[in-house]
Amino acid sequence: MAKREVIYRHAVAVRATHWINALVLLVLLMSGLQIFNAHSALYLGSKSDFDDPILSMTAVREDGRAKGITTVFGYRFDTTGLFGLGGDAESGYQRQGFPWSWTLPGYHSLATGRHWHFFFAWVFLVNGLVYLAYSFGSGHLRRDLAPTGTELKHVGGAIAEHARLHFPKGEEAKRYNVLQKLSYLFVALILLPLMLLTGLTMSPGMDAAFPVLLDMFGGRQSARTIHFIAAGGIVIFVAVHIVMVLISGVWNNLRSMITGRYTIEPEKEKP
Amino acid sequence: MSKAKGLDRRSFMTRGLAVTSAALLGGCDDLSRQPWVKRVLESAETLTRLTQRALLTPNDLAREYSQADLSRVFKANGSTNPDDPSYLTHAANGFADWKLEVGGLVETPLALSLDELRAMPSRTQITRHDCVEGWSCIGKWKGVKLSTLLARAGLKPDARYIVLHCADSLGPTADDKYYESIDLADAFHEQTILAYEMNDQTLPIPHGAPLRLRVERQLGYKMAKYVMGIEAVDSFARIRRGQGGYWEDRGYAWYAGI
Repeated sequence: MAKREVIYRHAVAVRATHWINALVLLVLLMSGLQIFNAHSALYLGSKSDFDDPILSMTAVREDGRAKGITTVFGYRFDTTGLFGLGGDAESGYQRQGFPWSWTLPGYHSLATGRHWHFFFAWVFLVNGLVYLAYSFGSGHLRRDLAPTGTELKHVGGAIAEHARLHFPKGEEAKRYNVLQKLSYLFVALILLPLMLLTGLTMSPGMDAAFPVLLDMFGGRQSARTIHFIAAGGIVIFVAVHIVMVLISGVWNNLRSMITGRYTIEPEKEKP
Repeated sequence: MSKAKGLDRRSFMTRGLAVTSAALLGGCDDLSRQPWVKRVLESAETLTRLTQRALLTPNDLAREYSQADLSRVFKANGSTNPDDPSYLTHAANGFADWKLEVGGLVETPLALSLDELRAMPSRTQITRHDCVEGWSCIGKWKGVKLSTLLARAGLKPDARYIVLHCADSLGPTADDKYYESIDLADAFHEQTILAYEMNDQTLPIPHGAPLRLRVERQLGYKMAKYVMGIEAVDSFARIRRGQGGYWEDRGYAWYAGI
């Protein structure tokens, strides 16, 4: 007879580093947008070719009125009120990249944004190292996150299951499914380290100590662009992650990431 | 009816979210202004400085680029034309009577004309200029190594920083005069020069004529333009607002290697 079962799912090291990381990434994102706003354009290569950014948010005067224009790979979008030019007729317009309500601090201060960003970058590094040391050391990575050959062969099926929002029960629910494993591994081992390395490549001091950073990413301005795109990747991951948490049993998921305990619903008896 | 109720609930939730996030963000803005929060956040600057100082040996050079890499347009930021009367007089006659003052904690104070500086051994470097705002430009600089000047003047044992006094002001008060400071590790670095040429031309006024500092392992705001004098000091606490530079006095980090 199958019955509900409570398992111990997340070790304290995983839970603690998860929540610290959640806070740290939020602060890094918002202070990062503040820093981006100091020069709201992106380039490829070592230097900034001001005539040829791959992305820019600017305020221009056209047809007798101020507009916010966002250009991506030569395609122009009118983003008045959101990117390039914020505010409204009532409170007045102001130049901006991203809206100041998205940034940390919520007013124009590059100096303060940098202080937040670099303090939390250190927390991010230490927290990430603790997580990786635990994950490699305890076997968490090999045991819970590395997909098996069979799983990899059936990725297609897993995607179809996921798209139908069908979540496993019983024995199968005790493990991460292959899509979870792949996305967690991608974020923990590729995306977040990429953020750190492209961030460091923007530091003239680090570039002098490790010139290989410049070669890895194709120059400082390319590194800045990759940093921006990877940040967008994290935002997308977090959005999907939160949706998945919400629709696959929000209280059970939250409890397991706080206390470690996770309830396994029994599989329906087959007739 | 159920639709109206749904909308109500939605608008309640949206408003609730808006209020909560505004409170949180407002909280962060209040936090940003608390002195103790500033102190905690700025402690990372010390950690970064000590880490980079440990990683960077005097032999670690900033990357040098080739002629083909030069920026077609090198952005001139900050002051581009100082309005100081004595500066304008010197600029009008090509800085022919101008002299760089070297003083403070030195054995032999110096006053060197542009010709005398040009007659000293020079260094030429094509480097990337990284602005704190995020952009980069590549330029070619020729000038005299700061270490050469400091060796000639002879530093006293208690000298710890080199302060650059500039001609430009970014505001109307005495506090708004540009200045910068670097430590001796940067002052004696191979690529730290006082440049009088940019891209094979006499240094133009928007880029800091007659003399601009290049500290290639730090950000652009450290690279003071319109340098009128250099002063060796044991501490910059008594200069202006005491933070070691114009932008530092306005909240930016003194160590700008990141």
